Amino acid sequence: MINFTDVLETIKMINEENLDIRTITMGISLLDCCDSDIDRCCQKVYDKILAKASNLVATGEAIEKEYGIPIIHKRVSVTPAAMVLSACEVKDAVKFAKTLDRAAEAIGVNFIGGFSALVTKGFAGADLDVIRAIPEALSVTERVCASVNVGTTKGGINMDAVKLMGEVVKEAAIRTKDRQCIGAAKLVVFCNAPEDNPFMAGAFHGAGEADTVINVGVSGPGVVRSALARHPEANITEVAEIIKRTAFKITRVGQLVANEASRRLGCPFGIVDLSLAPTPAVGDSVAHILEEIGLEKCGCPGTTATLALLNDAVKKGGVMASSKVGGLSGAFIPVTEDAGMIAAAECGSLLIEKLEAMTAVCSVGLDMIVIPGDVSSETIAAIIADEAAIGMVNFKTTACRLIPAIGLKEGDRLEFGGLLGGGPVMRVNTASPAKFIHRSGQIPAPLQSLKN
Amino acid sequence: MRAVITVVGKDTVGILAKVSSLCAAHNVNVTDVTQSILQDLFVMVMLVDLSGIRSGYAVLADELTALGNEMGLSIKMMHEDIFNSMHRI
Repeated sequence: MINFTDVLETIKMINEENLDIRTITMGISLLDCCDSDIDRCCQKVYDKILAKASNLVATGEAIEKEYGIPIIHKRVSVTPAAMVLSACEVKDAVKFAKTLDRAAEAIGVNFIGGFSALVTKGFAGADLDVIRAIPEALSVTERVCASVNVGTTKGGINMDAVKLMGEVVKEAAIRTKDRQCIGAAKLVVFCNAPEDNPFMAGAFHGAGEADTVINVGVSGPGVVRSALARHPEANITEVAEIIKRTAFKITRVGQLVANEASRRLGCPFGIVDLSLAPTPAVGDSVAHILEEIGLEKCGCPGTTATLALLNDAVKKGGVMASSKVGGLSGAFIPVTEDAGMIAAAECGSLLIEKLEAMTAVCSVGLDMIVIPGDVSSETIAAIIADEAAIGMVNFKTTACRLIPAIGLKEGDRLEFGGLLGGGPVMRVNTASPAKFIHRSGQIPAPLQSLKN
Repeated sequence: MRAVITVVGKDTVGILAKVSSLCAAHNVNVTDVTQSILQDLFVMVMLVDLSGIRSGYAVLADELTALGNEMGLSIKMMHEDIFNSMHRI
């Protein structure tokens, strides 16, 4: 017989502590959809997505029902659009984005990722066409997510792309200013972007991946926090151990669901992303875990150390629970999607500068941060450059998802609703980095890249 | 295939009878039952064998949820693998 207390523990995790599978993401290669004619290319893309992912949502729901574990999102990631469009004579990127949007709607997924370009060392093929089309594409589609990789540890940082992305982020917000600037919330600028990431908005299906693949992202900040709350007297070594054990259990569920989804969809299992992904719901916050460890408010001194401990313990627990681990794997700190982060930002405890330090020790980067609408595109580019530099030097993925709140200033709020949440406009240093950004060129790959 | 049915809520007369009758009506065999009162809450865990189930898994799961709503209890049926994978290496 299955142990009585084990059963109750699992039920409690799901019912009271928001344990869920955050996403089952099917990666689909579109490399075989390349065509010199844009219309034929779009038709092939549409047909392939429908052929591969029509059963994705129904399969996810069936697994959810059978195993009793909520699966929040079923999503699709595709080959970076710039690669597919390179073969077209007319590189109409907006038409391509609309095709992705229609396909996503037809199969019933809420987001499709891969309106992307990888431009670490320069622009080729349709890279510039895709990047320049991002603001329009994100304003005329509902479900398409865009990402651009501007740097890697091996290649350095493309400062021309960084400068351009400062403008693109701002333009994406301006074009959607009547919709809470939502365009910028669907756009990620990466350094060291992973090719198997199941999480939006940065998911795309890398060129080295199989034709189709199932990647799963787990969640469970609430479970970790509750486990820690049961041991208020534990020392830090014990805290790390508790997090590790909890992460193991969470990830095992992810692995189970990934295997089952892969089997039912007849599609190879890719990776489990060991992440603590918060939502704005009460009891589903990464900031609250840090506060449970002993901070009065997230953002105060000690935040970076507690986050480093959390992030490492999550990976150590998760890695043994899964046969293949990948994606972003680590604690996420998206400000508007985390009730504790929102509260900390509102009371002035959490600042962008502290968030930047936090990104050096955890998954991803400056994520879902609302900044004043009058911040210049050069300043946005410079924030992107800082974040990319942290990723490049530390051999880790970093990203920026900044949302310029057009027409609003520090202290005002944006409200996206749903899992994207909402949050206060945060203060940005106003001294100008314009000269640095306008120099253009390339930050050469750092010494860390010379590992051979 | 085996599943675990959990019942959580206020103790009342006939919980075990009603849940097991529903299982029997679907030709589902109850192989083990454990129940306890935890902090005034009635908790029952039932291991069932679904190999002879006449209707589909989803039909029984929905009927169990409906029975729970009717009796003011939370009744869930979950595949046993979720517990095995989470708690056993």
